[in-house]
Amino acid sequence: MTTASKPTLREQVEDFLFREAALLDDWRLDEWVDLFTEDGRYVVPTTDLPDGDPKRDLVFIDDDITRLRARAVRLNSRHAHREYPWSRTRRFVSNVRVQESGNGELAVSSNVLVYRFRAGEGAPYVGSIDYILRRNDTGFQIKYRRAVLDLESLSWHGAVSIIF
Amino acid sequence: MEIKDLIIDDRQKGIFRVHRSSMTSTDLFQREQEQIFSRCWIYLGHESEVENPGDYRRRTVAGRPLFFARGRDGQVRVFLNSCPHRGALICRRDEGNADVLQCFYHAWSFNTNGELIGVPDEEAYGPNFDRSELGLKEPPRVESYRGFHFVCFSPAAEDLVTYLAGAREYLDLIVDQSEAGMRVVRGSNKYTMKANWKLLVENSLDGYHLVPTHQTYLDYITSLGADDSGQTVANRIVGKAKALGNGHCVIESPVRSGRPIAHWHPLFGEEAKEPIAEVRQRLVDKFGEERAFRMADTSRNLIIYPNLVINDIMAITVRHFEPIAPDDMEVTAWHLVPREEPAAMLETRLDSFLTFLGPGGFATPDDVEALESCQIGFRATETEWSDISRGMLRPARSTDELQMRGFWRQWHANMQGLSKTNVQDAPVEEMEPELALATDD
Repeated sequence: MTTASKPTLREQVEDFLFREAALLDDWRLDEWVDLFTEDGRYVVPTTDLPDGDPKRDLVFIDDDITRLRARAVRLNSRHAHREYPWSRTRRFVSNVRVQESGNGELAVSSNVLVYRFRAGEGAPYVGSIDYILRRNDTGFQIKYRRAVLDLESLSWHGAVSIIF
Repeated sequence: MEIKDLIIDDRQKGIFRVHRSSMTSTDLFQREQEQIFSRCWIYLGHESEVENPGDYRRRTVAGRPLFFARGRDGQVRVFLNSCPHRGALICRRDEGNADVLQCFYHAWSFNTNGELIGVPDEEAYGPNFDRSELGLKEPPRVESYRGFHFVCFSPAAEDLVTYLAGAREYLDLIVDQSEAGMRVVRGSNKYTMKANWKLLVENSLDGYHLVPTHQTYLDYITSLGADDSGQTVANRIVGKAKALGNGHCVIESPVRSGRPIAHWHPLFGEEAKEPIAEVRQRLVDKFGEERAFRMADTSRNLIIYPNLVINDIMAITVRHFEPIAPDDMEVTAWHLVPREEPAAMLETRLDSFLTFLGPGGFATPDDVEALESCQIGFRATETEWSDISRGMLRPARSTDELQMRGFWRQWHANMQGLSKTNVQDAPVEEMEPELALATDD
């Protein structure tokens, strides 16, 4: 018989990321948005400029919490035509690395593979997602989520129509 | 079906139909490459993309691998990206800076003027080997207008300014918004649509689809208080559509919300009010009230025939698309901004761009879906024709389809081997010269 040991910090973060992935795959977008802090941000740089800064450069997505909520409203509606009917997605999260950055915040990086299937086609989004997580009473909140695609262009999907 | 029968254009009855084989046939696709893409002026890039001597950018234009570079003399030159020796790509990165570009295959090297400056073991060649004949080849014609560089693969083509016809004034309306000139910001949108390239021409100038297709975007900006026009489908501010000659077309509409150039809106914040008022005053002083009104208070979607779209709307996007197959195109979109604009205004512009435009925005993904949906629908070949007759018997509004007919008429002429055509509808009563507020039906 083994004794359950306290999960390591990385295991705790992985549990959080796995839960996040499940919320997205299950299209529970309101709950997903609730993972963010009020000053949270979600950024996806363009494929040709992975280090793009939304203040100076063109990026694909730069959502504050207001636009993130609006994105969830849009994707939950029947009028986000690229995603209605919804695509099927399956997310794989791995290579999780965690660094304490003081003041209760964690710098997390992960590798992500999202397969998306719709309208007879299937293709992956591949890349890394970096987070700044903030601890709260129940676990973690997302203060910053930067999803960087390894794709050279959006040649398979034509858009970033889901949350990557 | 013969090419002359691909379009039904009855200007008296107001019927305009395009046969859908024009968007599915590989033979017609091949003919487009010869009759249009090898003969027209095709957009290559913007001068600001190669700011410094030695800067280069790689592009595919009209199917050809090209790159353009700014030489040590400050001149921008365009080269076919193929080694004169045996064909390998000389430029193998999308962008960079170099004094010398060396072919990796046999190590021939070239300067940014395209001159062959190094050949390993050159003595193995005979006395007639002439380096000066083996420099990088340039497209037959290369010209620019106000920072926009174009190439043309037909040596006999008319000059670029003549080719631009009425579109030239619209480029001026955009470039003149800046004192210090326009620049392309870093980062571009590269995406693919599995749809015919002409569907994107139509879509880029389609005021009619805005409300039904982009409802989620309109809901979003309405929720922010940005769209204060009180417009509904039944009560909507519409502008005008124009055919500008040579297949270039435009729709021009009164602004729906804010425009970063000189049309303030509460969403921009109080602190932006003063600087925007100053810019507007500068435009009035320099160009007069009427032209300043057009620059500041109207938006425009412009097609430079055949495959360049410039949308001067909530931000300025430059969109170029390369046909790959009848049902496939690669799209690249850039964001054009005034060089002198302060950081805070640039942020507003970038934000405006992202909300609507781009494959991560609230609108473009749905355009991708619409176009791919049309392309799949074309497989139902018994439905042979697409209808593009909206507004044909009235002074064309921005929600009509004159601008698409103008494009298609030029396309039809080119496909039949004609260079010029009348791209206008039959004359109708003159509309008010200024943009009219009209109730759309």
